[in-house]
Amino acid sequence: MSEDSGYNFAYLDEQTKRMIRRALLKAVAVPGYQVPFASREMPLPYGWGTGGIQVTAAVLGPDDTLKVIDQGADDTTNAVSIRRFFAKTAGVATTTRTEEASVIQTRHRIPETPLSEKQILVYQVPIPEPLRWLEPREAETRALHALGDYGVMQVELYEDIAIHGKIKRAYDYPVEVAGRYLTSPSPIPKFDNPKLSDCPALQLFGAGREKRIYAIPPYTPVRSLDFEDHPFAVDHPGHPCAICGDTESFLDEIVTDDAGGRIFVCSDTDHCRARQEGLAHDDAA
Amino acid sequence: MYVAVKGGEAAIDAARAWLAEERRGDPAVPELTLDQIREQLGLAVDRVMAEASLHDPDLAALALKQAQGDVIEAVFLLRAYRTTLPRFAGSLPVDTADMAVERRISATFKDLPGGQILGPTYDYTHRLLDFALAAEGGAVPVAPQATPGEGAMPRVLELLVGEGLMEREVPPEDESGPVPDLTREPLSFPAGRPLRLQSMARGDEGFLLSLGYSTQRGYGRNHPFAGEIRQGEVSVEVEVPELGFAVDIGDIVLTECQSVNQFKGDATRPAQFTRGYGLVFGRGERKAMAMALVDRALRAEELGEAVQGPAQDEEFVLSHADNVEASGFVQHLKLPHYVDFQAELQLVRALRAKALKEAAE
Repeated sequence: MSEDSGYNFAYLDEQTKRMIRRALLKAVAVPGYQVPFASREMPLPYGWGTGGIQVTAAVLGPDDTLKVIDQGADDTTNAVSIRRFFAKTAGVATTTRTEEASVIQTRHRIPETPLSEKQILVYQVPIPEPLRWLEPREAETRALHALGDYGVMQVELYEDIAIHGKIKRAYDYPVEVAGRYLTSPSPIPKFDNPKLSDCPALQLFGAGREKRIYAIPPYTPVRSLDFEDHPFAVDHPGHPCAICGDTESFLDEIVTDDAGGRIFVCSDTDHCRARQEGLAHDDAA
Repeated sequence: MYVAVKGGEAAIDAARAWLAEERRGDPAVPELTLDQIREQLGLAVDRVMAEASLHDPDLAALALKQAQGDVIEAVFLLRAYRTTLPRFAGSLPVDTADMAVERRISATFKDLPGGQILGPTYDYTHRLLDFALAAEGGAVPVAPQATPGEGAMPRVLELLVGEGLMEREVPPEDESGPVPDLTREPLSFPAGRPLRLQSMARGDEGFLLSLGYSTQRGYGRNHPFAGEIRQGEVSVEVEVPELGFAVDIGDIVLTECQSVNQFKGDATRPAQFTRGYGLVFGRGERKAMAMALVDRALRAEELGEAVQGPAQDEEFVLSHADNVEASGFVQHLKLPHYVDFQAELQLVRALRAKALKEAAE
């Protein structure tokens, strides 16, 4: 019990947490399958991470250290808001350092720092159904999943190639988890897709408004959909980070004036900080 | 050199403080009390209670005050509170036939047992701004009192059932069984009528109003008559296992609308009337009527009618009726999308470069 707030530890009551944990266990047992769960109304708006918050609340213990990122950054307003929510309702330690966190809640990015077996990555998911833009009806898409019938998606990707010469999906790029379920990786850039596969950390996905939970257990193979003659590849803008000089990380574009001036900086603020400190250390040495 | 935008925490604190100031408005003007909101903005309080699915006029008044009168924000506040409340018991079905009626009208019969009772309605007011209300402290003329009617006030549609003209509502075989609760179980499709009604009872009034309206304009027409609208207090009873009998735990105000709709009949059923049903907390007549229209529209498949309009599509209606869900997801577009947009920028640049190169060749 968190005494300051008057609410149960991590806000949700224990029955609700148990219900969510059951859904999580099922999700881990059937990787990539969307498990319906009785999503609660949270004191934050739908679409702002209520699914991720409920999953985090269900897995968080008093000894955990929580990191929350949005767009890769710890200091974006919604990340700040969610981190404060748990600092207040669970009293857990928080950090911005990826390697120190035992639970990381994220929106739209996977940290650049490789994750470990001791970590859980919780994704906020707006639309869990990868087929939603091709088939709006839930009754239909559930049948397609049950049958493993993903032809519509293959055709969609094929048409992109036929018309544009490449697959026109820059984020929320569909993946196949453990050779079975077509799954949405949430709107992470496809740059991050390779990190989904064979990841030592447990990856949990929560969609509050859509009332779905799914999971990618540790060391699960995850394949980004592609074709033999058009293999999956990630794009990089080809610039280094203007602050830390990294040429490998995902970069945000910052418009610096109204005359076309722009610079590129790491989207992962903790990764950038660590590199800057490393550089400063090297300079001092 | 670009300096990353830091200080999100300080900005959030400042925004909250500014909001509190805005909410209070000019401190020279006396602060609203919850009693004033509850007593004088009763229809707003009713709407917040209905769409939050929590009957508590005081908390609804607080939510309205906290939300500066923004009804959807107030609904959200009350819902977020509701979700933390434990469930002690389910009530017995409320009996609207036994309602202490303050308003009861039927558009299908000129007169009927129990009579037509207008009650406190805006229907016959002329919508002229009443500048006398702008002056405070005016005494309200006392409304004339009538002697309450002696006879019973049977539900209008039941009068038609006897003749076989109206479909019979068959109660479920086991009424003691658990009532489905879409706030405790994830909704799946097909949902069925109990969950549809539940979803609409807490759904957004504006959404249901427009959908109901669309059925009247040909997108799923179902030939409605306002069979009966009744409004008033009903008692809520709970069966206490230790006692073995039902206990009255209080009264709530409800508005009920039952529509009478044509049904042309089919191979197994001769022509008869069917119904649409609307029930909401408080004085929510507009919503109860819209709900009855949409309820009937959603029965298209059951009655073998062609599904042509959005109001007849269960998944469409139920997936989009909730204003707290809709408000959150529409407004989540305000959240940063730098990463996705950056990925899109790269893609569009690559596609354009390819097209320009091909054009040059």
